[in-house]
Amino acid sequence: MERNDEWVRVERAPAFKELVRAKKAFIIPATIFFLVFYFGLPFLAAFTTVLNVKVFGPLTLAYVYAFAQFAMTWILMHLYVSRANRWDDLVERARREAAGEGRSA
Amino acid sequence: MSDQVIAIIFFVAIIALTLGITAWASRQTTDTSHHYVAGGEIKGWQNGLAISGDYLSAASFLGIAGSIALTGFSGFYLSIGFLVAYLVVLLLVAEPLRNMGKYTLADMLTSRFNTSSVRSVAALSTITISMFYMIAQLNGSGALIGLLLGLPYWLSVIVIGILMTIYIVAGGMIATTWIQIIKAVLLIAGSLTLSIMVLARYGFNPLELFSAVESEIGKEFLVPPPPESFTTSLDVISLNIALVLGTAGLPHILIRFLTVPDAKTARSSIVAATWIIGLFYLLTPILGYGAALVVGQDEIAEANAAGNLAAPQLADALGGPIFFAFISAVAFATIVAVVAGLVVAASSAFAHDFYTNVFRGGEASEQEQLRAARYAAIGISLAAILLALPAESFNVAFLVALAFAVAASANVPVILLTIFWKRFNTTGAVTGILVGLIASVGLVLISPNVLTGPNPEPPATPIIPVDAIFPLLSPAIVSVPLGFLGCYLGTVLGGRGAEREREQGIQTSYDEIRVRANTGITNIEQEIREASPAEEPRTT
Repeated sequence: MERNDEWVRVERAPAFKELVRAKKAFIIPATIFFLVFYFGLPFLAAFTTVLNVKVFGPLTLAYVYAFAQFAMTWILMHLYVSRANRWDDLVERARREAAGEGRSA
Repeated sequence: MSDQVIAIIFFVAIIALTLGITAWASRQTTDTSHHYVAGGEIKGWQNGLAISGDYLSAASFLGIAGSIALTGFSGFYLSIGFLVAYLVVLLLVAEPLRNMGKYTLADMLTSRFNTSSVRSVAALSTITISMFYMIAQLNGSGALIGLLLGLPYWLSVIVIGILMTIYIVAGGMIATTWIQIIKAVLLIAGSLTLSIMVLARYGFNPLELFSAVESEIGKEFLVPPPPESFTTSLDVISLNIALVLGTAGLPHILIRFLTVPDAKTARSSIVAATWIIGLFYLLTPILGYGAALVVGQDEIAEANAAGNLAAPQLADALGGPIFFAFISAVAFATIVAVVAGLVVAASSAFAHDFYTNVFRGGEASEQEQLRAARYAAIGISLAAILLALPAESFNVAFLVALAFAVAASANVPVILLTIFWKRFNTTGAVTGILVGLIASVGLVLISPNVLTGPNPEPPATPIIPVDAIFPLLSPAIVSVPLGFLGCYLGTVLGGRGAEREREQGIQTSYDEIRVRANTGITNIEQEIREASPAEEPRTT
């Protein structure tokens, strides 16, 4: 029980709460977006023929959609990493706040 | 010099190179931590290249190229799914896993559920998934060496099996990491050269390549196959579920995040890996269509019914015997390296989880553990060789997709819920893994993969001539929800509830898990208490 108090102290640190909030605010919408975008291709391909249209020379919409998935992966990845590298500061602050609270409480 | 002599010289050169690395690495492997995770000292870009190496297996190089050559767009699903899967890994799994794990997947799960039952089932699923994956790689190598050296399938499977065992037993994780790095560089260089040679025939314009496909092979190869029946449509969705979720449950990919010193390095290694893997997959239509146009679909299907030899055949047609030998040697190195990584993952699960922590109650010495890991590597290699022998007629990429389905069903639900679900308990974790594992493997066994299907396409050659009970080739659409359901029902119906388990000391408090997964703090006393030197022990 004693040991768990230490963890709870970190959990209660304002910086930790901000960290969790920031992570949720990015990760939940991003995950929903990429899953919907990803499954859009096989759903459209498996149940319709709309992707058979040629849009760019011989390139079909199916291939354009497929290449767009590559772009999406790289863009989302960099968006995540640039945010996650900032979150490291929040981790540091949460650590200090938990330690500071331990002193003053 | 005859073609075969050149081929053999290339083979010997590649094998000598990798064995040299193994010998060098074996002098650095001094304890179990080095054997399993290279002492946690691998750099970000090195790890990124190694992840790419692990990931760009025979399935990617041989299987996808062959699949696109013979079936067109639907082969490209594999490329897309394998890539987008990295978002699942990066956004949801990589950092918590890195923050909670030690050597194996079971370590991560048992950092919350400290029981030998959780550890045992996690080890079991790791070994099963690695086994499926290894069968795929050995299958690809069998076809390849058969073409190259004229060896029969069974003999080449045995040769490669013995080679990979030597790598692991002598070199451990450092050796496999360096083999992966070298092989990733060779594979990308080879594919790039091959693609440039294809594009040179079409004015360096990929669109002209697509036009040629349209006019010479048929425009149906540039679009997804038309919706035939509800079952085939469902199978497409099911395959894609396995592809996008499976990576997050693949033990040999996940342990790569434990070989780096911190979360930042884990992140940068995924960035490097995702770029390399993505650029490689962008080349797969060029390789596949190039092979279909230059070599011809009939000739590809004749050399291997599943198209597994399309890329080496393309190299032969474009660059002659020397280039053919080079590409084949690269493919061979690919297979050896990937199988080596898999054996490390599976033997770690056996030696570290079963032997050390379950049988010996954590009491084994470093020496004993290292010996157990090496014996386990030998045993697992032998088992994989035996299982690969009857699998000759499968497409490599398809066999790998089955491994993804098992990983997505057995491991992914339990990994996600361990990180994110407060009420999750030990019973839920055990039933979740077992239900996912049994459902995915069981459904494959009663599907057209093994039994007779409605449309016996190349991946569906029946092993047992009985009508299939489960109609889909890919089980994920049923087995993944079952895995989650197993976790949920196990938690709600069985067991004692998270709070009771905590009191009995078999579950770590979710407060701790949440903080650890999000911050990477492991030793709370040291990091928080000692950071506040003014704190006095209080007794109130």
